[in-house]
Amino acid sequence: MGANTAIELKNVTKVFGSIVANKDVNLTVNRGEILSILGENGSGKTTLMNILSGIYFPDHGQILINGEEVVIRSPKDAFSYGIGMIHQHFKLVDVFSATENIVLGLEEENFNIRRSAEKIKKISEQYGFEIDPNKKIYEMSVSEKQTVEIIKVLYRGADILILDEPTAVLTPQETQKLFTVLRRMREDGKSIIIITHKLHEVLSLSDRVSVLRKGEYIGTVNTAETNESELTEMMVGKKVSLNIRRNDPVDPQDRLVIKGLTCISRDGVKQLDNVSFTARSGEILGIAGIAGSGQRELLEAVAGLQKIDEGSIVYNNPKTGGQDDLRNKTPMQIRDLGVRLSFVPEDRLGMGLVANMDIIDNVMLRSYRRGKTAFLERKPPRNLAERIIHELEVVTPSATTPIRRLSGGNVQKVLVGREIASAPTVFMAAYPVRGLDINSSYLIYNLLNEQKSNGVAVIFVGEDLDILIDLCDRIAVLGSGRITGIVDARTTTKEEIGLLMTKHDGGEPNHG
Amino acid sequence: MAKTEKQKQEPLFHIVKRIIGIPTWQAWLIRIASVAAALLVCAVVTVMLTGENPLNVYKTMIEGAIGTERRIWNLMQNVAMLLCVSLAVTPAFRMRFWNIGAEGQVLIGGLATASCMILLGNRLPTPLLFVVMFAASLIAGAVWGLIPAFFKAQWNTNETLFTLMMNYIAIQIVSYFSYIWSNPKGSGAIGVINLNTQVGWLPTIGSQKYLLNILVVAALTVFMFIYLRFSKHGYEIAVVGESENTARYIGINVRRVIIRTMLFSGALCGLAGLLLVSGTDHTISRATAGGRGFTAIMVSWLAKFNPLYMILTSFILVFLQKGASEISTQFGLNDAFSEIITGIIIFFIIGSEFFINYSIRFRESKKGVQAK
Repeated sequence: MGANTAIELKNVTKVFGSIVANKDVNLTVNRGEILSILGENGSGKTTLMNILSGIYFPDHGQILINGEEVVIRSPKDAFSYGIGMIHQHFKLVDVFSATENIVLGLEEENFNIRRSAEKIKKISEQYGFEIDPNKKIYEMSVSEKQTVEIIKVLYRGADILILDEPTAVLTPQETQKLFTVLRRMREDGKSIIIITHKLHEVLSLSDRVSVLRKGEYIGTVNTAETNESELTEMMVGKKVSLNIRRNDPVDPQDRLVIKGLTCISRDGVKQLDNVSFTARSGEILGIAGIAGSGQRELLEAVAGLQKIDEGSIVYNNPKTGGQDDLRNKTPMQIRDLGVRLSFVPEDRLGMGLVANMDIIDNVMLRSYRRGKTAFLERKPPRNLAERIIHELEVVTPSATTPIRRLSGGNVQKVLVGREIASAPTVFMAAYPVRGLDINSSYLIYNLLNEQKSNGVAVIFVGEDLDILIDLCDRIAVLGSGRITGIVDARTTTKEEIGLLMTKHDGGEPNHG
Repeated sequence: MAKTEKQKQEPLFHIVKRIIGIPTWQAWLIRIASVAAALLVCAVVTVMLTGENPLNVYKTMIEGAIGTERRIWNLMQNVAMLLCVSLAVTPAFRMRFWNIGAEGQVLIGGLATASCMILLGNRLPTPLLFVVMFAASLIAGAVWGLIPAFFKAQWNTNETLFTLMMNYIAIQIVSYFSYIWSNPKGSGAIGVINLNTQVGWLPTIGSQKYLLNILVVAALTVFMFIYLRFSKHGYEIAVVGESENTARYIGINVRRVIIRTMLFSGALCGLAGLLLVSGTDHTISRATAGGRGFTAIMVSWLAKFNPLYMILTSFILVFLQKGASEISTQFGLNDAFSEIITGIIIFFIIGSEFFINYSIRFRESKKGVQAK
């Protein structure tokens, strides 16, 4: 191996129960390069990085750092070898300042917080971060928090940085800024490993790409010599068409008319501020925005789960021709009005489903009240569960398997399948493909399209702007709880949406 | 370098969660092995502390629990009463409502029964008296359960502390009435109520004093199993317990489920109070519940909230209790020793769940790696 190699993994294997998370993975990372680890969900990317950063211990295999075999037993060991990981979910203390978070856990002699702040400033200047060392975490935006996490590992002298899906929570503009910083670190001789499944980011940022599939190492290619379709094929194992079909809406009618919707949280923050839009039948309305801009509150307000302070949500009932105001009605009252509203919430296991219950009992959630007796009828839900498993190709040992044992994609199939089964007229989905592999994602897009062609008013809250632009008919952009623009998806650009996303973000504290 | 290599050796063992789980027979094998291990440790402790032959000690234990017919009936009665309270707390536990106030709910139900026996005993015809007694004890228990449930549903107060405090209130109320109704006057204890007339005593079936109690609890066990598994209420309880957010999302009125379930749970505790006062003790004191309200928590948890398993877990706990106290008297040891034995056995039984949920993997020998 070359003298330029920073890390080498040889035959690393990690098994959880009967699940092989990593199988004989070989990987090299050079000094002064950006390596992308590409793979679908469940392909073992995060497990592999957790092994490098000392959270998991491999069952077999060797790790070589600068040519010497090492044993990494804890994150502390990892730091002593110069490895620092920036996790997908930040690990920061909200009430502490940036500096306090950065020095937390260090055992420095003659510790002096002012000197630490100086050092942090120096690091920031060197790589082009924008950070106020004294700002408290709870006052920071997501991108600032991420900056703190990155400085935290640099402060500890990391030469090898691992970033787990760093762009998932960023706007296109913030992503560009992050990439500039990462490129500067590369020039400084640092090794950067970035986990992602966004292909265009891989192509624009990294020097080499290593691909994992189902825990196995597939290969490494030079970014300059590859393209999206080759990488997808490596990732999925077969050719996948990345085109989303988009038909023109047929006879769109106003189904849900939202006017001046305002929701104020308990601590007085306006989570939704005068939101108005119309969802039409036979149309997919996209909702774009930085995470925590009011998407959740918006969908929950429509579903009857969020207290509404002002405004109206009028449902035009296609059966009766009448108009119903859904404002401040409970989910039961909404259903009793004959409104067929389906909702795939963001928190699938914590809200849409019950993790410890089996597929049948989860499917039964929507229908368990049926029947006149005090007892449950498990037969219809059993049939529906079998049908969902069959039609959506849910991978599960049986219909009586607890939901928590299924992979993320299969969990989502059960949830979406159940929600579609009630033949909705309004279908709302929040981040329905988050964490799903390419095949499952396209299956969900097709299901949304199917609903659209059935004349359902579909509201789709998404984070991947490319997908929103390809799939939706119109896109409403949320910024800090306000609609900052509604654009035609057929003519808009990512840049336009990106600007709208941050339009009203006038330095207000982000509690996301 | 050699030195740091040594320091950075692979840890001796890892604890790995069994994601798939193990077959039921293996789980039971682990549980049985844990009891065997517990008996072994108890034997060593017995020899070290007392010098007695452990086999004799175990024999005495078994005899103490089921040695004579009277003891068997006594054991069954105690199992039934513990099981009754355990069944009562289970719906609340399934809802993740940590009702540790069963002790107080049982006492207040018992007090309601006793007050009916004392105040109405000679005024009402017996069938009517039983109706009033049942109603009073169920309502008393239900109210004792409702108060913390209402505060939880309305203001999200901590039900654990709340129900615990309600115990002390119930105990003090019982103490108060023990003075008011003390018999003989001034003794501070109520004594056997209606000793001569036996008015308000639950009837005996044949010659078996406890049979009625046992049958009532057996029926209750089956009812509770069906209620939790096959009824719409049981399903709602499970959904609220697993995830309140999901319950709300699906349109379940979470407050109503909390209040309804605690009314039910409290009422069943009240029934346990009735069975204790009217069916067993024919009196009431601060000790009527006898700690069952707390032991029931363990019974319910050990059985993973399954009413059928609770028959087994309540049996084990009562068996140990009875057996261990026999050891103390027979061998002239103090109570503490029997508590030690009981403690060791329960520790192993609970500990076995760890090995059912997790496996331990030891470090592989380094030789294989070096040979490469």
